[in-house]
Amino acid sequence: MLAFIARRLFQSVIVMLAVAFIAFMVFRYVGDPVSSMLGQDSTLADHAALRERLGLNEPFYIQFFSFVGNALQGQFGISYRLQQPVSQLIMERLPATIELAFASASIALVLGVVLGIYTALRPRAFSTGVIMTASLIGVSLPTFLIGIGLIYVFAVELKVLPSFGRGEVVDLGWWRTGFLTESGLRSIILPAITLSLFQLTLIMRLVRAEMLEVLRTDYIRFAKARGLSQRAINFGHALKNTMVPVITITGLQLGSVIAFAIITETVFQWPGVGSLFVNSVAVVDVPVMAAYLVFVALVFVVINLIVDILYFIVDPRLRDGAKSGR
Amino acid sequence: MTEPVLSIKDLVVEFPFRNDVFRAVSGVSFDIMPGEVVGVVGESGAGKSMTGSAVIGLIEPPGHIASGEIRLKGERIDNLPEEAKAKLRGRRIGMVFQDPLTSLNPLYTIGEQLIETIRTHLPLNEAEARQKAIDLLTEAGIPKAAERMESYPHQFSGGMRQRVVIALAIAAEPELIIADEPTSALDVSVQAQIIKVLKKLCANHGAAVMLITHDMGVIAQTADRMVVMHQGTVVETGTVGDIIRRPQEPYTIKLINSIPTIQRQAGDVAPEAAANDDGAYVQVKHLVRDFEIGGGGFLKLLPGKVEMFRAVNDVSFAIEKGKTFGLVGESGSGKSTCAKMIVGLLRPSSGQITVDGHDIWAGGAGHKERRKRVQMIFQDPYASLNPRWRVADIIAEPMRTLGLARNRTEVDHRVAELLTRVRLDPSVMRKFPHEFSGGQRQRIAIARALSSQPEFIVCDEPTSALDVSVQAQVLDLMQELQDEFGLTYLLISHNLAVVRQMSSAVGVLHNGVLVEKGPTDAIFDNPQADYTKMLLDAVPDISRVA
Repeated sequence: MLAFIARRLFQSVIVMLAVAFIAFMVFRYVGDPVSSMLGQDSTLADHAALRERLGLNEPFYIQFFSFVGNALQGQFGISYRLQQPVSQLIMERLPATIELAFASASIALVLGVVLGIYTALRPRAFSTGVIMTASLIGVSLPTFLIGIGLIYVFAVELKVLPSFGRGEVVDLGWWRTGFLTESGLRSIILPAITLSLFQLTLIMRLVRAEMLEVLRTDYIRFAKARGLSQRAINFGHALKNTMVPVITITGLQLGSVIAFAIITETVFQWPGVGSLFVNSVAVVDVPVMAAYLVFVALVFVVINLIVDILYFIVDPRLRDGAKSGR
Repeated sequence: MTEPVLSIKDLVVEFPFRNDVFRAVSGVSFDIMPGEVVGVVGESGAGKSMTGSAVIGLIEPPGHIASGEIRLKGERIDNLPEEAKAKLRGRRIGMVFQDPLTSLNPLYTIGEQLIETIRTHLPLNEAEARQKAIDLLTEAGIPKAAERMESYPHQFSGGMRQRVVIALAIAAEPELIIADEPTSALDVSVQAQIIKVLKKLCANHGAAVMLITHDMGVIAQTADRMVVMHQGTVVETGTVGDIIRRPQEPYTIKLINSIPTIQRQAGDVAPEAAANDDGAYVQVKHLVRDFEIGGGGFLKLLPGKVEMFRAVNDVSFAIEKGKTFGLVGESGSGKSTCAKMIVGLLRPSSGQITVDGHDIWAGGAGHKERRKRVQMIFQDPYASLNPRWRVADIIAEPMRTLGLARNRTEVDHRVAELLTRVRLDPSVMRKFPHEFSGGQRQRIAIARALSSQPEFIVCDEPTSALDVSVQAQVLDLMQELQDEFGLTYLLISHNLAVVRQMSSAVGVLHNGVLVEKGPTDAIFDNPQADYTKMLLDAVPDISRVA
């Protein structure tokens, strides 16, 4: 188990270094950082001075090492646009994104798994047909359309929920949360639903397909032949086996919920990392883009690591597999 | 007269389809007395498994019992509501399935699965149930049962898992055990042990057994009475000895005659064996194959961490032109690894293989020679034919890739000829593989192997996926083709009877080592190695019925 985690960690470090390299290349070679920072009316002497101060005259690999070293300390330079440290910008906006991702992932997981099991256990029921058809709509409608549709119905016509922003937030010192105020909670409902809808339908269809597969296996037949109760078979034996592949997909989807909430954040003007990124792209704010790239990679790497460890806990066959090195 | 445990009367099981109804079981009747072992025998599709499923109430929808009755100790059970049927399962009727590798839930320890079953049926607390589970495992012949309770199914071998499955089936002391092909997925030596365990446990607990199998040998060894089924009906019922020695019905006679036996039948001419190995057509010399286990990936960087597993260890044999060499052994003995190296699918770690003097691993010219001269027939005719290709394309592929035919007409002509050779109508070449039965598919596979006009064919378990009567036909065909074209065969099988019938010389593989080789009759009648003796003793054979 330890050897397995060590190996995975080692792979993760390599992935992060590769991503850091790409981010560094973007930072260094997309446009000239010096002229971006100094603007048009600067002298050549200013350029040379800044070049020296930023270490841009150093050899390529030294620059890369200092980039990685700074990144490890959370230093990604100064945003061209906002003239603030990039790490500070991201940390300010991260709570908004994480809360939104957490809310939508919870909705997607709970509803997705429950509906998936329901439709698998009643494959012929009318309600299953309705749910499956509705889920097709969920998969095929683009996120922005769902968001705009929800805003139109609940904010414009019914006027029950706010259409943009986070509402009031409470500052806990290191974290600003919207979960503790009424307006904050009301504000998160629409974006969370919008963001979760695609994941929900995906998880539901996956759980259903896997569960139907598992219910056909020999060990389920044997469990029935042993006279176990329907409940023990469905929720004890079948569900645990269903979860193994579901964990992988769900983990990756959770990663993309955090990393690519961009569209939802834009539609609802949610002050998260995604909208920061969109605004930075518009003005070629390279340090922010590079930092965002590294951040997204980190999210995926960490989630993958957690998924691998979960696999271990769920499936005993892998525990032995790791012992023999596979 | 005592009351039967199970009484089936005029049972009919139907599967309604869109425009007609398929009768899987039509009018089956038989009784099982307390403590009796009744064998239900028949080929695939005979309805024997369906009868078992009907008794335990696990027919897959849309199948259903259309008429007839099933009585357990005189009480009618076929028309009970689902909840009442569920109460019978495990408690009064236990079931053992064919494949022990898939019938246990991989994510729970065997202790958890046993305790769960026991506590579902018996009013015991956790500790008592645990004790009972340990007792059952010990009784089923699992050493150190208390320690192994915490093991997961994948940590057991196939035979051990089947013992666990039997322990599970008998856990709540049912009156009837339905064993559906309990040993078909196991090696012969393990099979013999499992039959013993099943018989012993059922006798100890007073359970009657309905033993469903296609293997007449298993029935001969185990059952008191037998029921022969064919196409959903009972053909013949009687004591095992009576039916095997004096079968009445034509179907039973045909079935029994098509079973190969390891005894040499009178009138058979023993094929003579080669006197010396030099100049033999196929020569295998000191073949070795290692596989790496452990220390994969990251750990490979560390020295001394890589463990080797020697799957094939210094195997040498030779095959005369036009003769058949049988290679027998249990699963894991390295026989399929040998086959792969000989046809050139797997590079040997060391050793040499020559066919007609050419080293097939020499590269260049040898490679080309090998592809033309050496062909292979695989075990599973359902998996070895591409389901999206038409039969004509499947058979023509070797000709096309090796450039043996010049144009479309010539290819079609050759394919038609090959189909005739394997006793199929040439018009079937436009069909897809799923339109054929298992035996017909294996004929197609043989036609494909013949299409590059090979001289040497490696047959890896060519008939083990087939019914006995079909097996007999395929073996006959192989024999005829050998006589016709002078083919040389390497026949790999775990079925000793098939090997005895087909080969002139035999090699016995055990853990990668060739423990014994020689002329077939010498090995079968006068085995030298202990392993060979054990293997021959373990074979259930109908000719041993007293």
